[in-house]
Parts: sequence; C-alpha cells; structure tokens
Amino acid sequence: MKLSFSPEDELFREEVANWLQDNLTGEFEKLKYRGGPGDEHMFPAERQVWEQKLAEGGWTCVGWPKEYGGRGCSIEQQVIFFEEYARAGAPGRVGHIGEGLAGPTIIAFGTEEQKRKYLPGIVAGTQLWCQGYSEPSAGSDLANVKTRARFDEGQGKWLINGQKVWTSLAHESDYCFAIARTDPESVAHKGLGFFLIAMDQPGIEVRPIEQITGTSEFNEVFFDDAQCDADDIVGAPGDGWKVAMGLLGFERGVSTLGQQMQFQNELDEVVRQARNNGAAKDPAIRQRIARAHAELKIMRYNSMRMLSGQSASDGTLQKEALIYKLYWATWHRSLGELAMDVLGPECEILEGAPYALSRLQSMYLFVRSDTIYGGTNQIQRNIIAERGLGMPREPKGTAK
Amino acid sequence: MEFAFTQEQEMIRETAAAFLAEVSDSAAVRRAMTSEPGYEPALWERICGEMYWQAIHVPEKYGGMGLGYVELVAMMEQMGRYLLCSPFFSTVCLAGNALRVAGSKEQQAQWLGQLCEGRLTAALAFNGGSSRWDSGAITATWRRKGDSYVLNGGYRYVIDGHTAGLLIVAAREEGSSGEEGVTLFLLPAETTGVTRQWLPTMDQARKQAAVQLDDVSLGAEAVMGESGQGWKPLAKVIDLATIALAAEQVGGCQQLLDMTVAYTSERVQFNRTIASYQAVKHKAADMMLQTEVARSAIYYAACVAQEALEGGPLAGELSEAASVAKSYCSDAYFAIAGDALQLFGGVGFTWEYDVHLYLKRAKSSEHLLGNGAYHRERLACALLD
Repeated sequence: MKLSFSPEDELFREEVANWLQDNLTGEFEKLKYRGGPGDEHMFPAERQVWEQKLAEGGWTCVGWPKEYGGRGCSIEQQVIFFEEYARAGAPGRVGHIGEGLAGPTIIAFGTEEQKRKYLPGIVAGTQLWCQGYSEPSAGSDLANVKTRARFDEGQGKWLINGQKVWTSLAHESDYCFAIARTDPESVAHKGLGFFLIAMDQPGIEVRPIEQITGTSEFNEVFFDDAQCDADDIVGAPGDGWKVAMGLLGFERGVSTLGQQMQFQNELDEVVRQARNNGAAKDPAIRQRIARAHAELKIMRYNSMRMLSGQSASDGTLQKEALIYKLYWATWHRSLGELAMDVLGPECEILEGAPYALSRLQSMYLFVRSDTIYGGTNQIQRNIIAERGLGMPREPKGTAK
Repeated sequence: MEFAFTQEQEMIRETAAAFLAEVSDSAAVRRAMTSEPGYEPALWERICGEMYWQAIHVPEKYGGMGLGYVELVAMMEQMGRYLLCSPFFSTVCLAGNALRVAGSKEQQAQWLGQLCEGRLTAALAFNGGSSRWDSGAITATWRRKGDSYVLNGGYRYVIDGHTAGLLIVAAREEGSSGEEGVTLFLLPAETTGVTRQWLPTMDQARKQAAVQLDDVSLGAEAVMGESGQGWKPLAKVIDLATIALAAEQVGGCQQLLDMTVAYTSERVQFNRTIASYQAVKHKAADMMLQTEVARSAIYYAACVAQEALEGGPLAGELSEAASVAKSYCSDAYFAIAGDALQLFGGVGFTWEYDVHLYLKRAKSSEHLLGNGAYHRERLACALLD
C-alpha cells in the first residue's frame, strides 16, 4: 500500500491548480461554488462558456484517450484534477453527462462515424447531453421502459414515442441518449435500443419539474414521433440494455473524489456556522459534526480503495464499490439535517420571498433526492445483498 | 498511489487466516477463555516459534521481521475474526509499540529482543480507571528519592496485566496534572511492591487486570525517554494501539457478517430461507456497508501508522486517523453484533452459538482505548475549538 502521489503527479497538481487560479477569474468569479447538484439551474449559459474555456486549456475529458480528444490522464491524475477542480470552487460541470456518460458509451460501443460526429462537440464543450432512462413507470424498475422506437422505412429514420422523466439539464441539452423499446412484443431488459437523439426538433417537448426546492433542474421529456437517424442507434436493436449497463463499468469512482470536495466545502460551511452561532459548544452537535467529518474522511479512503482495486474481469463491482452509493447518499442526507440543526430556529428564515433559499437550505432540501435517484437506498440494499453477499434475488411479480 | 494490499501482504493475510481457522476455532477459544491466563501457552509458543508474529513489525536489528504496520493490521484483522486468545495485542501492539516509540537503543535491544524470541510477554498500564484515555487517566505517581524513583498508585483495564512478564507503566510526578510530569517506566512484573490481580470480564476472550504499585523503587535505567516528558510518546503509542484494535474490530465485523449470511441462508421459515426476506437482506446489506467502510478506515490508518513510525508526510495525521478509525469501527462492530444476534434469533441468545462471544468482544473493544463518543470529541476539539 502506498498513499502518496509521485513527484510527476504532484507537478501535475500544481499545473491544474495554477491554471484554475489564473482562469477562474473575471466573468467566471460569480460561478464559484455554483451549479453543483441542487444548483444546476444557476448560470447554465455562463457555465457553458466556462466549459469552453476549460476545453481551450485542454481540461475537458481529461480521462479520455488522446485519440478521442481527451488528455489521456492516468487514474491518479484524474483524481488530482477533480480534487483541485473542487478545491478551487470551480462550478458544476454543465458538460458532465456528455463527458462522463454519453462519450464513454460512444467510445466503447459506438461506430467510427458516431465517434467522429459526437465526441468533438463534447470535448469542445459546445454540445451538451442529457440522459433518457427513467420513465413514469420505470423508476426503480428501470427496465420497464414503455417508450417505443419504430423504424420507418419510408423516412429511413427511427421514430420515438413515449415519455422520459427526471431528465436533468434536458432544457439545456443538444442531445439525449435514451433507451426505447425496439421490439414492441418484448418485456423488461430485452428488446431495447440505445439511441442518440437531437433535442432540437418538433417531436420533442421538455417540461420542467418544479422540485421541493421551488427550482427546476429535472424535466419531463415527451417524444411524439421524434426522429432519430438510422445511424444513431448504438449497438444493434435489442442491445440497448447491455449498452446502458455498460456505462456502470466506466465509473470507477474518479469523479466521486471531486464530489467529496464539494461535500467538504459544505461541511466547512456547517462548521463555520456552528462556530459563529455557538452551536459548536453543544456536545450533541459536536458529536454529529465529528461524525460527519470522520465519515467523509473514510468516504475518501473508500474511493481510493475503489480506484486501486483490480477491476474484475466480469465487470462486477468490488464490495467497496457496491456500498458506495448507499454510503455517500445517506451521509449527504444526514449532513443536510445537521446543517439545519446547527442553524437552529434561524434555519427557517429565507433569504427572501417568494422562496430564495440559502446554500445550506437548498442543500438540505435537495439531498432528499440523493437517497432516491440513481437507485434508491432500498434498491442499493437489494443489490448489495444479492451481488455482494449472494443472498436470494427478489421474487418477480406477475403482470396484472 | 496504490491503496491495495501487495501480493506479499495478501499472502500474509491468507496464511494468518488459514492458521487461525485451524488453531482458533470455537472450541479452542472456549477452552482458552475459561482459563485464568486467558490463552493456551502451547499455542502461543507455536505462534512465536513457527509463525513469528510477535516479531512482525520489530526492526530486524532487534531480531524482528521488519515488516510494516499494514502487515500488523492485516494480522490483527484476522485475529479479531477468529477471536484468537493470545497476549499478542498487549505484547506487540501496546508494550511493543511503547518500546519502539519511547525506548532507548539499549532498552529496545534488551526487551524487544526478548519479546521477539517469544520468551517474554508484556503489558502497558496507564489508566487509573477513567473512561477518557488521555493524560488525565494517569493517576499513579512517582517521586525522586536520591537516584531512584518511588512509584505509587493503581491501574485498571491492563490487558494481560496478570500474566505479563514485563510491565510498562506511566506515572506522573507527584503534584503534576494534565500532560505535565508523565514518565514511562520499565517494570519487571516480579518487582517488589507490584500487586497484580486478574479482573474477570464479560468478554472472557481477552483478559484484564488491575495493577497496584506500593512504594515501588526503580533506578534511572527503568525510565523510558526523558523523565516528565512521557506523555507525547505515550499518546503516540496509544494512537498506534488504537489503530491495531480497530483492525481487530473489523475482523469481528466480517466474521459476524459471514456467520449471519450463512445462518440465514440455511434457516427456513414459512417454506423460505429467511435470507430471502427483504427485512433480512437489508439488514445484512447495512452490515456489509459498515464492514467495508470500517475496513477502508483501518487500511488508511495503517498507512498513517507506518509513516508515524518510520517517517513520511502522513505522520502528522496519526491521532486523527486513530480517532476516525476507532470511532467508526467501535460503533460498527457493536451495531453489527447486535444485528447478527437479532438475525440469528433465539439461538443467538444461547451460550452454545458463538454470536455472544463477538457481541461481548464488540462491547469490550468499543470501550478499550476510548469509545466512539470519546474519539469523536477528540476530533471535535481539533475541528471546532
């Protein structure tokens, strides 16, 4: 076991930090600490300009291979990049769905033509992506997709019909990658296709969902004969589930270290408030702050284990990776509660009418989604018990 | 950065696991724990003679194996998993670390050599009976009398104190308080004025003793380091031992989880194994989460401990890493033990099944060297004050 970074990596750290210090200034100053989860609705246009600024410096898609326009960084360097990015308070990445999900899927499963067509726009920060998986009847049961894709021989295009939901950044996006049923007779994870769909067309309507915070970053997306070129299906019709699940294998947790820096920033703010208002002297609050601190530290160590672990050949996650979502989501939700309890009765008072939330108030409300999206805590526990411990699978219900 | 066991470390862990599965099964643990010494001398001789575990992290120049703290922690994890009854923790993790941190070259050569040869077991005594394991716990005193030191006072919770051949004791100068005036002494157990008494404990698999000193007279050669400056090195020793203890806790967590999955996968009620019920699966999932998180905490802490002993950029994190690990592992172990007992149902409540051995160990390890609340308050002081 070795925890330290090599001297070359430390030089790389300096390079990242210096670049951010030199460039996260002027018009970008106001973006600091903004645009993260729960705050995605803030400054989307300005954040896209920032995304392009990053691209100019070669700081988008740092983990992608060079041949696809990436920087070809090692795992260590990616860790360093995400850490320094978050440490500098640089804004939430408006291009993260393209960089982290759409791009790697296209690199792994896409045709040469798809790579040529889509990867440069992601690297340049000019084309934004959203993800169309969840549907009103496909939440935890993600494979219960009702959206249909029918190939129209006359037009030579796929026609998509149905509805997606919880689509973050849909209203800002140029493209959506979505799973839809190519075989109308199929059920569950069979008979699905993985499509790359242009958002700017008459067949697509985006409606924002007003959330618990009063803001909207999630949307409903309606497809009404939306068109998709014949060449814009990734893999064969029927392979959609395999392609969609392949995404999970790409995420070895590098970006989680950046997420943890954001958590650290939030915890620092809670500590600051506690020292200011005297809550730091309350023994019960002290225990909770110390617990949050300790558990965040261990979150980092756990990620380091994930990153150092041999990736199993069958693509299954190691135990420390299986527990990760349940762990961070539950931790983050507790931090929200702690933040309010540190503030005491003052936690109720808004920054203004009608519903202007402070950073901590917004965090407290938004973290309620953490234990729901991306696999609820209950689904996570099923997965851990079944894949991590080999316990029996849940019985399937019979269709009504 | 490579935060994973090397192949060699993996091998050490597997060898330890295989050996312990053979020599420390339920029957062996129950035999050892019901004897007053608390371990079987023949097995300890085998461990010292064949496995050489007692010498694991002692430098080669003193007759040790010269391995690191990561290896030690890997071993402690396995000992906790199999509830090995032995004087390893007291001799290696407490007294051994005290010699390494605070002993002079001569003292290390003399005493570490004997420990490595397996001829001597040792214990560390500093706590007069406090739930806080800081300098305030030291109540025994020393005063000068000519060239010698006269020690008086008592200690509780001394692991293996009634069987150890060598005691390392902390005492404070009469009239001093806090971190001032603390001195560490090497005290052969047979010295005149030393009374040792076995304290029967709920967790029978680890023995505790009370040690009383009445006008014990020691020469200057018994002093470790500088007289009156003993708190700093002792604090480091306590942190190092705390990390080893947390590793033992992780081993216990893993064993309880394995036992619970195995049992619930066999036990049938309502024509289904109870492992197929979500109420059971979700509990088991939480147990696995806590076990893995605890494991991440101790591996990191082990790396920090290694640097604290041998030098490195992380050395300054020792006390924080110890508190992070011990607070999490203490709470996790007891929670997992409680959940395991619940999932075993009625048989978990019996003396026959082993769950109670782990439940009892979880509580004793939780309080030894400071419970979760104590360590969180240590973290809070650094963060908030």
